[in-house]
Amino acid sequence: MIVFALATVTSRKVLRAVMYLLFVLIGVSGIYFLIDYSFLGAIQIVVYGGGVIVLFIFSVLLIHHVELELEVTPLKKKIIAGLLSAAGLGITLWAIITYPFKAVNASQPIEVSEIGNKLLSYGDGGFILPFEVISVLLLAVMIGAIVIAKGKKLEK
Amino acid sequence: MDYSYVIAIPLIPLAIFLLLGLFSKKIPPSISGWIGSLGLGASFVLSLYTAYHYFLEGKVNGIYQTFVYKQTWLAFSDKLHIDMGVLIDPIAVMMLVVVTTISFMVHLYSRGYMKGDDGYTRFFAYLALFSFSMLGLVLATNLFQIYIFWELVGASSFLLIGYYYTKPSAVAAAKKAFIVTRFADLGFLIGILIVSYYSSTFDFGELNNPDGIMITSWASTSFMGLSVFTWGLILIFMGGAGKSAMLPFHIWLPDAMEGPTPVSALIHAATMVVAGVYLVARLFPAFYFVQEGYALNIVAYVGAISSLFAAIIAITQNDIKRVLAFSTMSQIGYMMWALGVSKYNGHEGLGFMASMFHLFTHAMFKALLFLAAGSVIHAIHSNYLKDMGGLRKYMPITHITFLIAALSISGVPGFAGFFSKDEILAAAYEHNMLIYISGVVVAGLTALYMFRLYFGIFWGKDTQYEHPPHESPWSMKVPMLFLAVMSIIGGYIHFSEFITADHQPFAAHLNYTLAAIASGVGILGILIAYILYKKETTIPDKIAGTFGALYTWTAHKFYFDEIYLFVTKKIIFVLIAAPVAWFDKHIVDGTMIGIGNVTVAISNKIKGLQSGKFQDYAMAFISGSVILAIIVFYLWL
Amino acid sequence: MIEGISIYEILSLSSILFFIGIYGFFTRENLIMVLMSIELILNAAAVNFVVINTYLYPDFLQGTIFSIFIIALAAAETALAIAIIINLYKLVTSVEVKDTEVMKY
Repeated sequence: MIVFALATVTSRKVLRAVMYLLFVLIGVSGIYFLIDYSFLGAIQIVVYGGGVIVLFIFSVLLIHHVELELEVTPLKKKIIAGLLSAAGLGITLWAIITYPFKAVNASQPIEVSEIGNKLLSYGDGGFILPFEVISVLLLAVMIGAIVIAKGKKLEK
Repeated sequence: MDYSYVIAIPLIPLAIFLLLGLFSKKIPPSISGWIGSLGLGASFVLSLYTAYHYFLEGKVNGIYQTFVYKQTWLAFSDKLHIDMGVLIDPIAVMMLVVVTTISFMVHLYSRGYMKGDDGYTRFFAYLALFSFSMLGLVLATNLFQIYIFWELVGASSFLLIGYYYTKPSAVAAAKKAFIVTRFADLGFLIGILIVSYYSSTFDFGELNNPDGIMITSWASTSFMGLSVFTWGLILIFMGGAGKSAMLPFHIWLPDAMEGPTPVSALIHAATMVVAGVYLVARLFPAFYFVQEGYALNIVAYVGAISSLFAAIIAITQNDIKRVLAFSTMSQIGYMMWALGVSKYNGHEGLGFMASMFHLFTHAMFKALLFLAAGSVIHAIHSNYLKDMGGLRKYMPITHITFLIAALSISGVPGFAGFFSKDEILAAAYEHNMLIYISGVVVAGLTALYMFRLYFGIFWGKDTQYEHPPHESPWSMKVPMLFLAVMSIIGGYIHFSEFITADHQPFAAHLNYTLAAIASGVGILGILIAYILYKKETTIPDKIAGTFGALYTWTAHKFYFDEIYLFVTKKIIFVLIAAPVAWFDKHIVDGTMIGIGNVTVAISNKIKGLQSGKFQDYAMAFISGSVILAIIVFYLWL
Repeated sequence: MIEGISIYEILSLSSILFFIGIYGFFTRENLIMVLMSIELILNAAAVNFVVINTYLYPDFLQGTIFSIFIIALAAAETALAIAIIINLYKLVTSVEVKDTEVMKY
C-alpha cells in the first residue's frame, strides 16, 4: 500500500497515478475488512472506487491528453517538501511509539444494524444530528457542483 | 475720562485689511481705494478727538496722566506676563496723530498715484495692514507687545517694498530690508529677555517706574563691568537702530526706495523709521537712570555719526528718492541724538521734547517731499536727476509744495522745521558741544543737498521732454497741499506744553543766538546750491573732480554694501553656511531617506511570502505545526 | 482487532500514508494530482479513527460512525473540487498550479 501511495505521488503519467490511487483505496478497504468492519469496507469500495475514481478518470480525460507527461517539479522543492514530510512523520511516529497504548483484545464484528440504530437514535450517544447535517451538505454539494460546472451559461 | 475707545483706532485698519485682503478679487479698484481712505479717515478723526481731549483735559495737578487698558494674554508666572492693551500718554497720543495723519494722506494720494495698477486692492490692503501694525506699536503697553507689532511692521514693510514683485531689484530690496531689520531684532529680543529676566516684568509702567526694580537696583547684577540692565538696553537700542536705519544697519533704507513712492512716504519717511526713536522715547526714564545714562550716551553718538554720515552721502546721489532716503536717515539721527543728550527733569528734558517735536514736523515735511517727488516721477517716469529740469513751468503746485517742504527742512525762519531744529540745537548746545557742532554742520549740508535737489528738478537745464509732463490729479494734490500747510503752521504749536520727559509741561524759549546761527548756516547752504545748480554749470563736476577718490567713496555710500556682501558671501556662507547645509542634506536627510530605503528593501524581500501559490501556504502551515509539535514534545520531555 | 498486528504498526502505516499525501500536496504541479493527494490524506485519517476505536475502545461506536461521515464528506468535496477545476479550465485553459498564482503581491 505504501509502495502504491508513493507511486501515486511521484508518477509522471496522470492516468497511471489514478490507477495507483485506486489500488491504495482498495488496500485501505482491505484493512477495514480485516478489522471485521465489513460495512465500511464495502462502502469504501463502492463510494471511492465506483464514484470518486470514476470522477477522476472522467476529469482527467476531459482535460488532458492521455499520454500527456506531467512536468517534473524542481529538485529544490522536492527536497524541501520531502524534508518537511519526513520531519512531520518522524514526530508522529515518535509520538506514537513512545505512548503506552493499552490494547484491548476482546472485539466483536460491528453489526450494520447497530450502526443504523446509532445513526438514527436521538437518545444519549445518538448521531441523528450529524446524519441530518451530512444529508443537507450532500444536497448543497450537489447543487453547487451543478451551478459551478455550468458556469456562465446559467444566466443566458 | 475713559479712553478705552482708542482701541478702535488700530482695529479699523485691521478690519479694512481683512476685508480687502479676503475679497480682493471681488471688490473693484475704485471702491477699495475709497474703503481704505475712509477707514483711515475715521481713525484720523478719532485720533484728533483723542488728542484734543487728552491734551486739553488730561492733566491732573499739572501732570499728564498715563492711562492703561490691558488684558493678560500669556502669563509665565505671577509677575511675568504678557498683556495686550493700549497705553495712553503724551507721546502715544502724539504718535497716533502723526501716524493717522500721514497714513490718511498717503491713502488719498495713492488713489491717484496707483491708478491703473493691477494690484490696486492689494496695495490698499497692505497699507491698511501697515497702519494697523504701526498704531498697535505706538499704543503698546509692554515690551513684548511692542515686539510683536515691531515684527508685524517689518513684515508689512517687506510686503510693501516688494510690491512690484516681478522686478528682481524690488524683491532683493525687500529681502534685504527684512533680513537687516530681523538681524537687529535679534538684539532687540535678547535685550527684552535680559531686561525681563532680571526685573521680572515686561510692563512699561513698571520698567519706567522710578521706584521700580530696574531703576533702583540696576547695580545689583553686572556683567563685564556694566550692569545687565545696561546691556539689555543697549541691545534693545540695537533693534531700534535697525528699524531706524542708524549706522551700521542703514543699508536697507536706500534700497527700500524700490517700493512705490507712497510707500516711501508713509513708511520710510514718517512712521516706521521713527519706530526706533519712539522705542527709546518710550523707555526714556529707564535709559536715563540706569547706570547714569550709559546706554543713552551710546544712543547719542550713534545718532550723531549716522546723521553726519548720511548728510555727506546725500550730496552725491543722483536718484531723487535716494537723496530723500539719506536725508531721512540724517534727520532721524537728529532725533536720536536729541534724545541722547537730554536729561529728565523739567527744562533739562529739552532734548526729549525737541526730539518729539522734530519727529512731528519731520513727518509732515518729509512725507510731503516724498509725495512731491512721487508726483514728479509719475509725470516723467524716471527717478534720476539727469532726466529732470525746468519742471516749474509744467507742475506749479508740485513746485510750490516742494519748495515749502525744502525751506522747512533747511530751517528757514517761519517754517515748521526752523522751530524744531532750533530746539534740538539748543538742547545740544547746553549738554554736548561736539554733537552741537556736528549738528550745525549737518544743518548746512541738509540745506545744500535739499536745494541741490530742488534746483535740479525745477530749475537747472531746460530738458526737452518727449511727452510734456502734466500736473498731478486732484487726488494727489490735496494731500500735498494739506501737508504743505502743516509744514508751515506745525511749528507754531507750543510743544513743550504737551510733550515732556516727565509729563510736566514747561515753557521753552527761543534762543535767538543759536537760532541765528542755525538759520544762517541753512541760508548759506541754500546760496551755495543756488550758485552751483540754478543754471546748468560745470562747477559741481569740477568740485567733484578735485575731491577725487573721496567723491567716489561717497557716491558709493562708502562701500558699506560691498563690505557687508563680502562678509556674508565669502566668510559666513563659506565657513558656516556651506558645512551646515552639507550636514543637513547628507546626514540628516540621508538618514531619513536611508530609513525609507531600508524599509522598502525589507518589504521587497518579505512580499515574497505572499506568492499566491497555495502549496507554499500549505508548506508554511505544516512546517509551523511541525515546529510547534517539536517544541511541545521537547518541552514535555 | 487484527490478530498478529499490534496497534503501533497500523498507526505507523496510517501516519506514513498521511505524510505521503502531504508530500504529494506540496510537490505536484497539476491540480488533479493535488486532489488525489488530498484523498490519500483523508483516507489515512479515516483509518486512524477506525483503528483506534476497535483496538482501544471496542464498546463504543463513535470512531466507526465518524469514519462514515468522513467518507461522505471526502466524496462530496472531491466532486465539488472537480467542478471548480473544470470551471477554471474553461477560463484559463490550463490546470497547472502555476497558472493559479493570481493572488500574489
